[in-house]
Amino acid sequence: MRLSKFDFHAPKTISEAIELLQSKGPDARLMAGGTDLLMKMKHGAVKPPCLISLKSVPGLNAIRFDESAGLTIGATALLSEVAEHPDILRHYPTVAQAARATANVQVRNMGTVVGNLCNASPAADNPPIHMAMRAVVLIEGPGGKRELPLDEFFRGPGVTALLPAEIVTGLRVPRMPVNAGTAYHSLSARGKLDCNAVGAAVMLTLKGKICEDVRLFISACGPTPLRGRKAEEMVRGKELTEEIAAKAGAEAAEESLPITDLRASADYRTEMVAVLTRRVLKEACQMALTSQPA
Amino acid sequence: MKHVITLNVNGDPYTVSVDPSQTLNEVLREELNLTGVKLGCGSGDCGACTVLMDGRAVSSCLTLAVEAEGKDILTVEGLAPSGEKLHVIQEEFIDKGAIQCGFCTAGMEMSALHLLNKNPSPTETEIREALSGNLCRCTGYAKIVEAISSAAQRMNDASERNQ
Repeated sequence: MRLSKFDFHAPKTISEAIELLQSKGPDARLMAGGTDLLMKMKHGAVKPPCLISLKSVPGLNAIRFDESAGLTIGATALLSEVAEHPDILRHYPTVAQAARATANVQVRNMGTVVGNLCNASPAADNPPIHMAMRAVVLIEGPGGKRELPLDEFFRGPGVTALLPAEIVTGLRVPRMPVNAGTAYHSLSARGKLDCNAVGAAVMLTLKGKICEDVRLFISACGPTPLRGRKAEEMVRGKELTEEIAAKAGAEAAEESLPITDLRASADYRTEMVAVLTRRVLKEACQMALTSQPA
Repeated sequence: MKHVITLNVNGDPYTVSVDPSQTLNEVLREELNLTGVKLGCGSGDCGACTVLMDGRAVSSCLTLAVEAEGKDILTVEGLAPSGEKLHVIQEEFIDKGAIQCGFCTAGMEMSALHLLNKNPSPTETEIREALSGNLCRCTGYAKIVEAISSAAQRMNDASERNQ
C-alpha cells in the first residue's frame, strides 16, 4: 500500500495556503494530521495531485482559554493535546473525553480535533459534544474571515459548508453556562480504535432542579450528527426524572435515521440511541447539580 | 519533485532526498536500513510501525517523511544503541516471555516507552489503554502488560538509586 505521487506544499501562512488552494484547483487537498486523508489515499479512495499541509503555519496549533471568550482550538492542535490540556480538563471535561475517545494513542498524536470535524464523518467522536456546547467554526478564505455555528457546518457524509479555497483555522467553544452539565457516550463493536456505531452528547442547564435548556446531538445515526429536538422538548422545563429521561430516549430513537451497515444494524442503533440518550441526560444532570452552589 | 530533508534518528543526523509520497516508515526501513521498524497494516491500526517523533508515539506508516523535517525520531534500534546492552523494557519483554513471533514487539516497546516517559508508575488499566493501538496476533497481551509493569518498577528503582 504505497501512496500514489503528489506534489507537497507546506505554506507558512494561512493566506499562502488559500492562494495555493486557489491556484492548484479543486482536487488539491488540505491536510492537518493526515490520519484520515493518507489512509483514503492508500486505499485509492481519493487521488489528490497536490497536498497542502497546514502544520508549518506557526501558532495554528495553539489551544487558548480565556475566562470570558472561552476556548479556542487551533486547526493543527493534536487530539492528544486537547485530551490532556489542563484548562480543557477543568472547564470542558467532555471535550477532553471525546478527544481521548478518538482512535488510539498514535493517531491522537498525529490527528487533530479540527481535522476530525472537517473530515465530516457522521460517526466521528468530536462533533457531537462541540455541537451541544455551541462551538463556532472559524473560517478563512478568499472572501475573508467568517464564523459559522458548528451545527450548521455538516451537510452530509464527508461534506461541509466550506466554500472553495476556504480553510477552517480553528474552533471556538464558549464557556459552559453556570449550572450546566455535559456528557458524551458512544458505542462501537471493539470499544476502542474502531468507528462508532452510535454516539450521543448533551449539554444541559438547570435552574434549581428544573432543566432550563438542553442541546442533544446523536451521531452515526444519519448523514450528519442529528439534533434530538423532540427529545429536548420532552426535557425542557421539567425535572429530569427516570420517567422523563426514558421518554426523551424514546423520542431521540424516533427522530434518528439509522441505517444498517457493517458497524451495527439499524434496529440495534435505534435501541441504543434511547439508551445513550438516557445515560447522557442523567450524567449531565448530575454534573450540573454538583456544580450548583449549595 | 524530491525534497531534501534533515532529520535526527536515534541521535544521528541524516540528510535524505525523499519523494512526498514516501512515508517515514519507507524512509526508515529502505533508505536508513532501520528494519527493526515494522510495517503491518499500513493504515494506523496495528501499531507495528510505531516510532517516537519528538517524544510522541506515532504510526510511521501514516507520517509523510517530508513532514519529519527537523524532527527527532527514535526507533527500536535507538533503545539499545550499543547493540549489546538492551533497554530495561526489552529485558523485561524477554524475561516475562512477552515475545512470541516478535512482529509487534518493536511497536509495543516504543508505545511502552512513550507511556513510561509520561507516566512512570502506570496502573494495569493505563498500560492496557496505552497499548490500545498495538495489536499482537499471537494473543500475548497478559505477558506484555506484565513486562511493562515490571520495567516501570525497575526504571523507578533505578531513578531512586540515582537520586
